[in-house]
Amino acid sequence: MTTPSTNQQHPLTQQDLALRYTGKLLLRSEIDLDDDNFQRSNFSPIPSIIRRNFLFICQRCGNQKRSLFAKIPCQSCHQTHLYCRNCIEMGRVMECTPLYFWSGESPNWPQHQRPCSWTGTLTEVQQHASYKIVQAVLTAQPELLVWAVCGAGKTEMLFAGITKALQLGKRICIATPRADVVRELLPRMKQAFSDITIQGLYGGAENKDGTAQLLIATTHQLLRFQEAFDVLIIDEIDAFPFHNDPSLLFASKRARKKLHTTIYLTATPRQEHRVQIDRNKLPHVFVPTRYHGHPLPIPTLSMCFSLRKDLKKKNPPARFVRWISKRGNPARQMLIFVPTIGLAEEMTPIIANLLLSFGIVTQQSEVTSVHSEDPNREAKIKSFRKKHLRVLLTTTILERGVTFPSVDVAVLDAGHTVFDEAALVQIAGRAGRSSDDPTGEVIFFHDGKTDAIVHAIRSIKQMNSRGGF
Amino acid sequence: MNCIWCHDVIMVETSWINVFLPPKPNRLCQACEAELHTLHGQRCSHCSRITVDSVCSDCTWWKQFMNGNDVLDKNYSVFAYNDRMQEMITKWKYRGDYQIGYVFQTTFQDCFPKIIQTKQQIVVPIPLSPERLYERSFNQAEMLAQFLPIKSVNALSRIHGEKQSKKTRQERISSINPFKLEEPINKPVILVDDIYTTGATLRHAAALLKEHGCPMVYSYTLIRG
Repeated sequence: MTTPSTNQQHPLTQQDLALRYTGKLLLRSEIDLDDDNFQRSNFSPIPSIIRRNFLFICQRCGNQKRSLFAKIPCQSCHQTHLYCRNCIEMGRVMECTPLYFWSGESPNWPQHQRPCSWTGTLTEVQQHASYKIVQAVLTAQPELLVWAVCGAGKTEMLFAGITKALQLGKRICIATPRADVVRELLPRMKQAFSDITIQGLYGGAENKDGTAQLLIATTHQLLRFQEAFDVLIIDEIDAFPFHNDPSLLFASKRARKKLHTTIYLTATPRQEHRVQIDRNKLPHVFVPTRYHGHPLPIPTLSMCFSLRKDLKKKNPPARFVRWISKRGNPARQMLIFVPTIGLAEEMTPIIANLLLSFGIVTQQSEVTSVHSEDPNREAKIKSFRKKHLRVLLTTTILERGVTFPSVDVAVLDAGHTVFDEAALVQIAGRAGRSSDDPTGEVIFFHDGKTDAIVHAIRSIKQMNSRGGF
Repeated sequence: MNCIWCHDVIMVETSWINVFLPPKPNRLCQACEAELHTLHGQRCSHCSRITVDSVCSDCTWWKQFMNGNDVLDKNYSVFAYNDRMQEMITKWKYRGDYQIGYVFQTTFQDCFPKIIQTKQQIVVPIPLSPERLYERSFNQAEMLAQFLPIKSVNALSRIHGEKQSKKTRQERISSINPFKLEEPINKPVILVDDIYTTGATLRHAAALLKEHGCPMVYSYTLIRG
């Protein structure tokens, strides 16, 4: 959050500061003002770590775990005190230094007459969901869950709601769990709202200012906000890390204003949300069909008795080989999901040789693997999208948020614990995304059906039948 | 107990050995510990770098550069520098996660070499400038020095300048001495620092100590970069 050069040249007015710092909760080191200016501005301190009934609570990330607090003999205040290890990647929160929020006047965000420059059309089901979102924004309805199947066109459904919010002069944040998605979404939003300043916030972003009226951020970035947004849209609430990390829920609750609308987007709601939906505790809207109007592909199961043994010996299972040799449409690219990073790397040359022998690929370089610790992952995904790569072995990182027009999907060892119900539904949702090729094969190779596999298939069938197929 | 690095729970299997001889508490889980490599095998007798020569090319160059009389008598390092180590050091020093220092405690104590230990030696941690110290709130070298069983004296102070890690090799070697002597020491000194990269910092400190009557200067560093 640094723009040092502008600061020294022009003395900033309180209005400038209000625009920049409103809705933020920051460490002193994140506020780029010298001590004089800082004293004169309307910042209020709050204690950064509080102690309550034998508990410590970090006021930035809500961490309460003992093991994530530690003591430091601090040489700036000469006392030994606590610091939070949970959110240390965003700058250390120490007991001796407070957090600051802007307590001056809050700025008025401009009201835009016609912000939306998108001219596409929505399908009937999309329109219905879109209308519900607009209503939620208009009436400041606190929560709305949008349950839309993979490939339903969620982003387009949001446009009307965002337009309405901008017309009313509200501040909006779209939070998503992964930086990849922020990078993908940002140009699309900039195109759809060409006159609005939109900023993308993620670790490693060029401009981490976070002062725009419309922000697209990773959920981690919400840790730096407090009572900032009128409309908060949380994408993929069922996904890692939002699903596992209580501090992100804490942050998202704090980042919205008292009077707010929070819109959750998901294709595979978790149990807790389904229970709330069934009890009518959580308003929701269901989008059962994809934008091209074709049903979701239903995974086929293929039992491989010696699957684990084969994989240990780095042999591709016999049924997998048979499937590869006679796919319905060999022109499609192939996404092969494997449970672990190690397996992805080890199987790549073996599968490449196999495909070479079938003549499906012409050279080994058309097959590669990608995983979360791969430094070239962006480049590889890009070249897969451009069809320079034919086959991609991947871990669950590509399970959601990415769209390839025409692929067949295989999962090796679908019974592994990393493939839970949500993951399998999402993986199946990678196939048949485009209207030119709305079907695609999805095949799970397993050595015994797990609950996750059975539930995933059941829920895909259910979604299809709710969509009228 | 959780692993300091990956926060997984560390499970200790109970056996007769650890019933009767409780082990030192382990700060890392086995998987994370396996990622750190201690230096062993054939290495430079002067600076601990892994090499087939008895004295590595770096040290030969330093000796020449200092006209045959290297101010640093010997360096001993514990760990090799790899990606995991780099991540750990970044989090420890730059993010300021003080706890991570304890990961190295046991190994740093156990490897403290007998060769450079004599009676009446004094440990001197490489200091940070006051500005840097205020920013980080702790000095990683001081933390390491505390682990050692010998008396530690803050004999040096440092003038604020660019971070060493942002400079090139040439800049490090040709830069002016950033240290100031606070109190002269006339006993053998063991300098303690987290990492030996080019050896320029340690030699700056050693030169200053030797100018003011220190007979021998060794260094004991966590990592040989």
